Amino acid sequence: MSVDAATVRRIAHLARIAVSEDEVPHLQGELNAMLAFVEQLSEVNVEGVEPMTSVTPMQMKKRQDVVNDGEIADDIVANAPATEGHFFLVPKVVE
Amino acid sequence: MTDLTSLTLAEARKGLADKTFTSLELTDAHLSAIEAARVLNAFVLETPDQARSMAREADARIAKGDVGPLAGIPLGIKDLFATKGVRTTACSKILGNFVPTYESTVTSQLWRDGAVMLGKLNNDEFAMGSANETSCFGPVGNPWRRDGSNTTLVPGGSSGGSASAVAALLCMGATATDTGGSIRQPAAFTATVGIKPTYGRCSRWGIVAFASSLDQAGPIARSVRDSAMLLRSMAGHDPKDTTSVDIPVPDYEAAIGKSVKGMKIGIPKEYRLDGMPAEIEKLWSEGAAWLKAAGAELVEVSLPHTKYALPAYYIVAPAEASSNLARYDGVRYGLREQAKNIIELYENTRAEGFGAEVRRRVMIGTYVLSAGYYDAYYLRAQKVRTLIKKDFEDCFAKGVNAILTPATPSAAFGIGEKSGEDADPVEMYLNDIFTVTVNMAGLPGIAVPAGKDTQGLPLGLQLIGRPFEEETLFSLGEVIEQAAGRFTPARWW
Repeated sequence: MSVDAATVRRIAHLARIAVSEDEVPHLQGELNAMLAFVEQLSEVNVEGVEPMTSVTPMQMKKRQDVVNDGEIADDIVANAPATEGHFFLVPKVVE
Repeated sequence: MTDLTSLTLAEARKGLADKTFTSLELTDAHLSAIEAARVLNAFVLETPDQARSMAREADARIAKGDVGPLAGIPLGIKDLFATKGVRTTACSKILGNFVPTYESTVTSQLWRDGAVMLGKLNNDEFAMGSANETSCFGPVGNPWRRDGSNTTLVPGGSSGGSASAVAALLCMGATATDTGGSIRQPAAFTATVGIKPTYGRCSRWGIVAFASSLDQAGPIARSVRDSAMLLRSMAGHDPKDTTSVDIPVPDYEAAIGKSVKGMKIGIPKEYRLDGMPAEIEKLWSEGAAWLKAAGAELVEVSLPHTKYALPAYYIVAPAEASSNLARYDGVRYGLREQAKNIIELYENTRAEGFGAEVRRRVMIGTYVLSAGYYDAYYLRAQKVRTLIKKDFEDCFAKGVNAILTPATPSAAFGIGEKSGEDADPVEMYLNDIFTVTVNMAGLPGIAVPAGKDTQGLPLGLQLIGRPFEEETLFSLGEVIEQAAGRFTPARWW
């Protein structure tokens, strides 16, 4: 499988990365090189093989359903590029 | 007192306990060495004030007889580990001047045991790379050069700053992380020892995430014993990481010098690649001969799905990365590019903040997870991963204790030799061909320096162990270290 220029633009938008028109051909070449490389997986017989979901066989520990953290709003917004009080600021989303 | 930097961690521990020197003296010697080695670009942030204050604290503890396992030992920290109040960037522009308000579990355990932080170490952006050339702080120099050459070589990656700093005697050990070979490949390129423990052995909490089902932290150090000492402090169960395993951490150092007599060592025939340099082949047989001389039994084994590990990795890792890196959106932390609306804010911020390699992987990951392609790529790769793991399980079920392989298909190469606009990214990816299988199967793997190539560059061997049997790797690694000796680069910086 290989991707065309329109697909490159679609993937870029899905990934929320702005890509200029003149970058598309180069990216297309790179993505296709990677897809060509992984193509060899199609020769593996995976009939009846379970996909891996956990590399270490273990029972996941559950945490107590209690509040054990919080009251750190100052910390949460400490690194934000734009804030007002304890809120993150973004361009207007709802008209 | 500059010769203090050439001590191993174990020697320094003894010197501190015997009060031959103080942690402050040891720390100052390393801070001077770091200052004199800035041309290597191994550190992206030096923290001398914090280092001295931690050293004084360690000295006070030692004076009171309270000697933690790493009391007063100066270490470097890969910039992927969140350090409270100290800038942490993953060497990406998108994290900007991010200053964590929390400490990663692994580093907090090092400080608990008395270690001293010298600063933050360079790495490939978000740990994506095999040469430390994708860092937003620029490439790292390898302290090793080819005989008679002035060309600066890469230290490998992604933990290139860690490996370079340890090899150049800038710190006594360093934290590192390994998703496809990022501890073992740079260790091999710099004649240092690097161990990636079993998945789940170290907590991932507070480490900038790349591919969560593959990422593991581990140490890079100058001897097998030093790496065992560091891993003991780094490992352990953490309720904040549900994939961290709740089994006791053994005293890894006790495995050093333990007999390997009767151990069965697998030599996988699939790792004998066409066109493999003769010197790698020779190193491999030498390593096997050393283990045999120490009483181990060598057996040829087969890991039939080996060749599919790298392509499967380049689906699984980018897929997980595309998901993990979705959080960098210019809203909660890091870089923000201005825009008229929220979607453009995301798109412009991520275009400006991610380097070329990260962008490429996020896009591939997005593609293989997108509707209509998920089954063909991602699901198939996860099935192949099951088969890769089964290869190892079958091998261990036959009584094999560990597997011996080369660590890398070549020695270090020059900066820019395999990167740049026209380079084929796959060419760079092939660096991890011997290491990536271990991450796919969640196993422990150690790289130990074993010799030099004809140009005088270090080469390493890799030992792969059964899950949670790191001790076996330390015992076997020690045999190789004893036979091969230790290697120190000639200082040119």
